[in-house]
Amino acid sequence: MSSLQSQDVVARSATTTPPPQARSHVPQVAKLIDESKCIGCKACQVACMEWNDLRDEVGSNLGVYDNPTDLSAQSWTVMKFFEVEPKDGSLEWLIRKDGCMHCEDPGCLKACPSPGAIVKYANGIVDFISEHCIGCGYCIKGCPFDIPRISATDNKAYKCTLCSDRVGIGLEPACVKTCPTGAITFGPKDDMVAYGNQRAGELKERGFVNAGLYNPAGVGGTHVMYVLKHADRPELEDLPANPSISSMVSLWKGLAKPLALAGMLGAALAGFLHYMKVGPIEENDDAKDDEKEDA
Amino acid sequence: MARMLSRYNARERLNHWVVAILFVLAGLSGLALFHPSLFFLTNVFGGGPWSRILHPFLGLLMALSFLGLFVRFWHHNLGAESDKAWSDNIGKMLRGDKSVTPAVGRYNPGQKRVFWLMTMSLFVLVVTGFTFWRPWFAPYFSIDIMRIAVVLHAVAAVVLVITTIVHIYAAIWVKGTMRAMTRGTVSESWARRNHALWYKEMKQGK
Repeated sequence: MSSLQSQDVVARSATTTPPPQARSHVPQVAKLIDESKCIGCKACQVACMEWNDLRDEVGSNLGVYDNPTDLSAQSWTVMKFFEVEPKDGSLEWLIRKDGCMHCEDPGCLKACPSPGAIVKYANGIVDFISEHCIGCGYCIKGCPFDIPRISATDNKAYKCTLCSDRVGIGLEPACVKTCPTGAITFGPKDDMVAYGNQRAGELKERGFVNAGLYNPAGVGGTHVMYVLKHADRPELEDLPANPSISSMVSLWKGLAKPLALAGMLGAALAGFLHYMKVGPIEENDDAKDDEKEDA
Repeated sequence: MARMLSRYNARERLNHWVVAILFVLAGLSGLALFHPSLFFLTNVFGGGPWSRILHPFLGLLMALSFLGLFVRFWHHNLGAESDKAWSDNIGKMLRGDKSVTPAVGRYNPGQKRVFWLMTMSLFVLVVTGFTFWRPWFAPYFSIDIMRIAVVLHAVAAVVLVITTIVHIYAAIWVKGTMRAMTRGTVSESWARRNHALWYKEMKQGK
């Protein structure tokens, strides 16, 4: 299936001209994950499997709640459990629903070499268009959150689609619909930011003085946001404090590309012009040379 | 009929052309994934996934074939006393002053630089390439290492391509050179003109 026509594309991987974007009034959407309301039931994992028709291999229990232990080509969202001591002697159990953050400035899209394999819709959702994926793994290098996983079966990259197919017809993502505690909400980004800040304020009143909204500016903000109890230390839950696209990726996909093309074309052009101006070093006339030598 | 000197035997020539063909194939499949404007080159290899699959094999084969040239020619490409005078005059020679070609041996300093640039860039390409060769080797390397590796890979590739453009142009520019690689021989006057010390060596050896 190609990208949904009902969702305008505003950015397209490996494409240097503007994609079709006739409709300009599409509201930005966002999913808000409030970890203070999460009970770790994994209903979101099940709903994701069900809606997207995914069946990961049954793994083994490692003695912790994490199962599966990490995202995979068949598990696009995974509950991660962290036993942390934010202050000495104050054990806390933090639970974070891991998955694609749907960056406003997506590193995967920037790194992707295949035209149209990664797109960003006008509503902010970043989607992998599998039929155009060539399996190179550049998206993995571009992503600041270590999200894309490549299938060993078909060598295509997979990640959360934010249920772009559901959102395209006015439904909320499957994980949002199923969440029994209302920890996951979905709506216009502005509303979600306001609600997230309100929730953070409520948490502060209840003693979590560093509670806050995780909507990192380094990637232009994200369309999946968290309300964190310890927003000052997102690394407690394996979240980067200041995520941004790696400078290596920016160099590789930014300056290096035009410079390299100019260098290679320039070298060929310089050769051609040199030949036209100076001309070749001719092979000397043998007869004349021989005369010289004989003399 | 001009008198000829033997410069490359059949094995050396075939080795060179195997490297050249693999360079073109690895280069085109690599450029296809380097810049969006060159993605159309994937069509040459049967599409995007096939370009991605074939590129590392083509590149590795090129590097292994080049190893044959390296073993054969590295000792001809060490520095020599005669190099300095040639390097000092490269500007004049490029401006078309034909009176100043200092005597050099089998290879001039420009050719030596091409040899070592190709050797180094191929080495970097192979080493960095392994770190993100999917699906077999990439899982053993961290994302941070791969991010550095892709940049170095691109830089080395551009160095190799530009060096090869210089290499090809030099062969077009200096008439009588091409047949060294197509027929294996060069004329005595070519050798006297461009590689005087090598010419002497060859005549004395006879």
